[in-house]
Amino acid sequence: MIQAHDSIIVRTLGRIVIPIAQLFGFYVIVFGQHGPGGGFVGGVILAASMILSILILGRDAPGSWLVPKVLRGDGVGLLIFAGIGGLCLIGGGQFLNYTHLQIPGLDEASRHYVGILLTQFGVAADVAVTGVSIAISLSSDDEYEEISHG
Amino acid sequence: MTFELPLLIFLVVTAAGAILVKDLISSVFILGTYSFTLALVWALLGAVDVAFVEAVVGAGLATVFFLLTLFSTLEKDTQIRRSPMPWTALVALPIVAMLLLYGAADLPAFGDPGSPASTHISPTYLENSVQQTRTPNVVTSILMDYRSLDTLIETIVIFTAGIACALILRKSDS
Repeated sequence: MIQAHDSIIVRTLGRIVIPIAQLFGFYVIVFGQHGPGGGFVGGVILAASMILSILILGRDAPGSWLVPKVLRGDGVGLLIFAGIGGLCLIGGGQFLNYTHLQIPGLDEASRHYVGILLTQFGVAADVAVTGVSIAISLSSDDEYEEISHG
Repeated sequence: MTFELPLLIFLVVTAAGAILVKDLISSVFILGTYSFTLALVWALLGAVDVAFVEAVVGAGLATVFFLLTLFSTLEKDTQIRRSPMPWTALVALPIVAMLLLYGAADLPAFGDPGSPASTHISPTYLENSVQQTRTPNVVTSILMDYRSLDTLIETIVIFTAGIACALILRKSDS
């Protein structure tokens, strides 16, 4: 069902919009501690841009190497999030207490800042992978079977 | 404050339209309009993060998911016959509405500094967020630091949703 769109207008516009959307999603993740946004919203924007690239350019477009790789990334975001919590445990504190992140040269508040930033990337990765995965599942065609089964 | 009434009327109209329209693709887009209007309402109330999530998820991603679902089904709502409203609903719904309005009369005023939500633990977060976490956006510091275990479980829920969709919807004959 998913193949490259015929209209040149849609394809050209997609080539312009998709990089801007991905850049904006990344900005929302990084800027989430100083303004509205955060890992969840940024991950959804990244997922939407990738779904747009699947719908417009098709799976075989040059440069769409990201999407098959993303589909294999189930659980990577969760691993990042829980891994940060595990690092806090290793550092001698409670689970997800960023004070005990053993980063030399940072005071307590900066460790919390870094912990929040890293866990936001975890949430963003999880949400983006899940969004693309659900979109692929809803439009399940046989092409993607070899990817999903490794 | 003058925008509240038009936004609320538009919200009710789009919500009713999304249910009543026969063409399902139109219904999906009206639902997206509803979500975007709701995002404007959240932004008007000062909940900018919630408005952001509502606009991106409700008007963006959910619309795409609904459309992808519709591509594999029929676009017209042919099966569902809307039966006339049963008399129990005609009696019960006004009573429930009266009870809800009666309960809403006891709610604290919007932005009341003496309300329980403003006095319990949120002053601690508001006062200590910048010193303890260097994070000016208190919503992010609450979600990711003070309540990070809850956020971890929510992330697990999203992950489980993706896994469940893949298990149910993808064909597995290989």
